[in-house]
Amino acid sequence: MPDVTRGTPEGGAADRTMIRLDALTKRYPGQSEAAVDALTLDIPAGHIVTFVGPSGCGKTTTMKLINRLIEPTSGRVHLDGRDVTEVPAPQLRRRIGYTIQQGGLFPHRTVADNIATVPRLLGWDRRRVGERVDELLHLVGLDPKTYRRRYPKQLSGGQQQRVGVARALGGDPQVMLMDEPFGAIDPLNREALQNEFLRIQAAVRKTIVFVTHDMDEAIKMGDRIAIFGDNGRVLQYDTPERILADPAEGFVTEFIGSGASVRRLSLTRLESVVLPDWPTVEETSDGETLRAAARGSDRDYLLVLGDGRRPVGWLPVTGEDRRPGERLPLLSPLGPRDSLFDALDHMLTVNASAAAVVDGDGRYRGVVEMDTLRELINTRAAGAPSSSDHLQEA
Amino acid sequence: MPTRLLLRYALTPLCLGLVLLVLALYVSSQPRDLIEERSLNSEYLISRTVKHLELTGVVTAFILAVAIPLGVLLTRRWARHVSGPVLALASIGQAIPSLGLIVLLTVAFVSLGVNQIAVIAFVLYGILPVLRNTIAGLRQVDRSVVESALGMGMTPRAVLWRIELPLAVPVMLAGVRTALVITVGTVALGTFIGAGGLGDVISNGISSSRNLVLVTGSVLVAVLALLIDWLAGIAEDFLRPRGL
Ligand SMILES: Nc1ncnc2c1ncn2[C@@H]1O[C@H](COP(=O)(O)OP(=O)(O)O)[C@@H](O)[C@H]1O
Ligand SMILES: [Mg+2]
Repeated sequence: MPDVTRGTPEGGAADRTMIRLDALTKRYPGQSEAAVDALTLDIPAGHIVTFVGPSGCGKTTTMKLINRLIEPTSGRVHLDGRDVTEVPAPQLRRRIGYTIQQGGLFPHRTVADNIATVPRLLGWDRRRVGERVDELLHLVGLDPKTYRRRYPKQLSGGQQQRVGVARALGGDPQVMLMDEPFGAIDPLNREALQNEFLRIQAAVRKTIVFVTHDMDEAIKMGDRIAIFGDNGRVLQYDTPERILADPAEGFVTEFIGSGASVRRLSLTRLESVVLPDWPTVEETSDGETLRAAARGSDRDYLLVLGDGRRPVGWLPVTGEDRRPGERLPLLSPLGPRDSLFDALDHMLTVNASAAAVVDGDGRYRGVVEMDTLRELINTRAAGAPSSSDHLQEA
Repeated sequence: MPTRLLLRYALTPLCLGLVLLVLALYVSSQPRDLIEERSLNSEYLISRTVKHLELTGVVTAFILAVAIPLGVLLTRRWARHVSGPVLALASIGQAIPSLGLIVLLTVAFVSLGVNQIAVIAFVLYGILPVLRNTIAGLRQVDRSVVESALGMGMTPRAVLWRIELPLAVPVMLAGVRTALVITVGTVALGTFIGAGGLGDVISNGISSSRNLVLVTGSVLVAVLALLIDWLAGIAEDFLRPRGL
């Protein structure tokens, strides 16, 4: 078997290795098979690596071997070049953020006290702890004034997970271990949390090991994906693009499923795509201007922009003489962080062949069309190796 | 809501006060002879009640001092297999009739004073609920909470003090409340080896065949038990960690 886990994938920048798993093996007492068997893996600094694989394949065990909640039967873990057994386990763990699926918030402590756990263990003074708590609550999108004094049971599931993430970030660790952090959240809220987490990661740039059993989540969250087979064996370890374009034989192909070409759309965010221009008119334009704009374009719709160049509606153009008709409302344009997959989803949902895209401030940026997406799906399904060839990237 | 809470807290003492009033009126309306007068005067009754409370307090303190650390030890990972046998032993202790236990101990430890023997016997008798609830309370703490506490770098000792025990408090308090009520009852038996509280009043009534004295003693023990149960209930409400 070729070594799939060492070295950097071609084309990627050579990042410093933050976590190195070296022939790591864990055999639970009384079990014939090892839960993790001779696992070797390098995790680069400043990136999210997702562990994905079926339940029971050893993802959680691997995670706990890193922060020494479980001691290995054999093998070593190196954190930033040093063996993790060099320092006492509690000290080590204070430098590693940890979140789990069940949340694990302390029910008898307020949100603020939960988040303050590691800073207090690190001996920060009161003021610094208080400031850190507020900063983190802001970061995860919870108003400190409202939520500081609440108890976990007074929060929704999504809010609890946010507090869990804030708590894991408490001591400003270089490394975060996240074991199915959004696994217990309903799909709608999960997507919001994922987006928010990616936004946070863009700002904090931690080294993150993110466990999930959901391939879509692995693709969305991971800069790299490690696909686990049985016994904590890594079958493929690469960027999402390359795994989707060229999945390892057998199990990986099966696990990725048949929707690989559509899934690849989720790898490209709208902010990195050059969008074709579209005929637009101002909301305040008079009839003459509208008619002129309609005649001057060959599209079936004009995009209407309101205050601050915000897309507010579509104006259908009908008939031989291209008369502008009744304006149709436009409810939610796509944002820069949405992916091409979100665009497809949106168009299918509202039954349209195009969708307006805005920038971070809600201003009109361009329009993405169904035809463009269809082309992308078809060309890539034909086996194109890289994501960037067929799209002009900004 | 506040009125309902007030009612909940005030109802028990009101009823108990009423019972005592009725008892006092009934006793004073009855003709009493000298023997009855010796037991049924406020000075004597108060001294017996105080003694009863003293014994109860000492016994409970010992129960907590033994049962809680033992419960903590038995829930540590390395003590998994020991906890079953120890609980079984404690159950046997409680299954022996309490009077039998006292007599047994008196015979076994002739060198000890009556008060010591009484205390040992009552402690053995009241340990089970506290021990059992300490173990149950610690076991019901969510594993994921303990795990994330360890995962964040709390030491096992800190996890015990700051996470496990506070979260076990509600269940443990229920055990303490049971032990208190049991102890108030069993302490009355101390009279048979001369370590008397309100049990003295009851035994006076029995030995002199004065039903009025017997009834007074019994009612006082019952009222005391209910009163302590009521106090423990309030304590439970206030000592339960917020957020649970
Ligand atoms: N504490 C344990 N004792 C014994 N076996 C365990 C323990 N934890 C996990 N296992 C076993 O090890 C294997 C891997 O488990 P886990 O790492 O939790 O998988 P995953 O997180 O990928 O679902 C499973 O077969 C599981 O039954
Ligand atoms: Mg798991």
